[in-house]
Amino acid sequence: MHNFFKNIFSLVSSTMLLMVFLANFISENINAKEIPVCATCQFKNIQAAINSANTGDIIVVKSGIYFENKIQINKTISLIGENNPVIDAQEKDEGITISANNVKVSGFVIKNTANGSINDFAGIRVFKANHVEVSNNTLRNTFFGIVFQDSKNGEIINNKIIGENLNQTKSGNGIQLWQCRNIAIKNNYVTKHRDGIYFEFSRFCHVENNLSEENFRYGLHFMFSDNDWYYHNVFKNNGTGAAVMYSKHISMLYNDFENNWGDASYALLLKDISDGIIIGNHFTKNTIGVLLDGSNRINVTRNLFENNGWAVKLMANCMNDTFYKNNFIANTFDVSTNGTLYYSYFKNNYWDKYEGYDLNKDHLGDVPYRPVSLYSIIVEQIPQAMMLLRSFTVDVMDKAERIIPSLIPDLLKDEEPKMQKNKI
Amino acid sequence: MLKLIKYVVYDILRNRILLGYTLLLLTVSLSLFNLEDDAAKATLSLTNLILIIIPLVSIIFSTIHFYNSYEFIELLVAQPLNRRTILLSQYFGVSISLFTAFFVGIGIPVLLYNASSTGLILLLSGMLLTQIFVSIAFWASVVTRDKAKGIGLSLMIWFYFSLIYDGLILFFLFSFNDFPLEKPILALTCLNPVDLGRILILLKMDISALMGFTGALYKDFFGSAFGLIFSIVVMSIWIIIPMLFAIRIFNRKNL
Repeated sequence: MHNFFKNIFSLVSSTMLLMVFLANFISENINAKEIPVCATCQFKNIQAAINSANTGDIIVVKSGIYFENKIQINKTISLIGENNPVIDAQEKDEGITISANNVKVSGFVIKNTANGSINDFAGIRVFKANHVEVSNNTLRNTFFGIVFQDSKNGEIINNKIIGENLNQTKSGNGIQLWQCRNIAIKNNYVTKHRDGIYFEFSRFCHVENNLSEENFRYGLHFMFSDNDWYYHNVFKNNGTGAAVMYSKHISMLYNDFENNWGDASYALLLKDISDGIIIGNHFTKNTIGVLLDGSNRINVTRNLFENNGWAVKLMANCMNDTFYKNNFIANTFDVSTNGTLYYSYFKNNYWDKYEGYDLNKDHLGDVPYRPVSLYSIIVEQIPQAMMLLRSFTVDVMDKAERIIPSLIPDLLKDEEPKMQKNKI
Repeated sequence: MLKLIKYVVYDILRNRILLGYTLLLLTVSLSLFNLEDDAAKATLSLTNLILIIIPLVSIIFSTIHFYNSYEFIELLVAQPLNRRTILLSQYFGVSISLFTAFFVGIGIPVLLYNASSTGLILLLSGMLLTQIFVSIAFWASVVTRDKAKGIGLSLMIWFYFSLIYDGLILFFLFSFNDFPLEKPILALTCLNPVDLGRILILLKMDISALMGFTGALYKDFFGSAFGLIFSIVVMSIWIIIPMLFAIRIFNRKNL
């Protein structure tokens, strides 16, 4: 009997505790008001609504055009646009500046920020604020698109950032991170900016499923940013492709690099990178697929290089890079280089230009493949020799050199080339 | 003249070498297109064929044909006919037959499998190269009466344009590496019809490599409509000039 009462007591007490907790939760939600902003509402101005809002409020902006600039969000609120309201900064200043934690800005069209050479005017700027979400916005004709500074754990999702500037000097970056940690950039579309996505001093960030095209300089640009991941992105028709510079431990997975054409155009430019991994990417129709300059311990595995001018340019200042199980198909030059001494390894790649045989049927060629041709070395030294591309003379020279190598780097070879394409 | 051309064509059709040549081209191009799953890659292999085999066959066939019909030409000279007409009818007869062989052997497969701008440029260069090497062959044949010498000269000319010339250019590039060579190289390209044909095709095919820093100049020049017309004009000059020389020599020649 005693036990029975004890059980009843504990049941009642736990129920009461739960109710107190629920009441608390509900009252907090009741305290969080929804503040509408529209032409006929109490608030006709977004800034005024923010000024009168309390922490946790939701400001719902109805559709319409709001001629406001430098909207300051300095308390934890959600700013939600309903039916794509337009914020037109009329080229006076920035769009929205966020300086509080846990803010959400979603569903806006932000247009016409100022353009200047002293200040980096942004469509949406997040400054020293954590857990900020910027989603489903469209930015048009903004100098910089979305800028995160000194922020942690933010999210940039489903935004469209469309620049309307005509040249590199008058245009800023689409998405820029400066000294950030743990920002997720997903499903965005960036075009006609200087750099599509730009990272500086930012770590542990994820760039996923974005499309960056027709930017004046790089589709993606990393500087001094370690331990970042980018995967399933598409970079095409950018001025110079994607550049990763002065960073460590970058993972580049399953991205598509297409049609980065031009006088000095790279699909992927690696400058002073170490310990990166490049897996499962497609490099198609680029002037230069991957340029490795001063890059060490890079793991390049199961990538597809197709129809590029140069699939890989491996500079002599690189060490311990490994190329494993990649497919090289229909590139004008597979690998090109500028020195003679190499500490990089090629193994089990498929080369469509390989002419060896496989007697023991282990699907590996029995003679090593030398991906650097004599002609590619000549072109490296005398660019004008490009005029002799696919000339009979050059073909004869290349064949002779492959049989008896004397000028091409002896160590740079694939000892076990694949006879069939690798699965990617 | 039409009548003469008709006789020349009949004569060529009667010996089966031309038929064999057509069949060879047809077999090679059809098997290339069927073996390679990528039509662009087959077109690339065809490029090598067009740049090497077509000039060789054109020049050798025309030279041999000229010497073989030497007696017929002598007979015609005895008739009240202009010497220019005689040579031109020979020229057109050979051209038409080789042209037909090329069109059937390579033109039809290309049009069937890869009728892109690359394919069309390929055909254009092939046709022009055929004409150019027939012209050069006629010039080489009227220069000397000796058949062996004539064929030797033709072979040397083919060898020079396909192999030696590019080697010389490479040597030139190495020697004058310190100078701005872009313009001279453009000029040098025009001095070899095979190179012109090759660059025309390449600009359509290896465009990504040529678009690089090094190829920008060629792209700018040959890639434009002006460049295309320019190279066609230069190649036409390569057809006309040797033929004019040939007619000049033939007119004054003591047969």
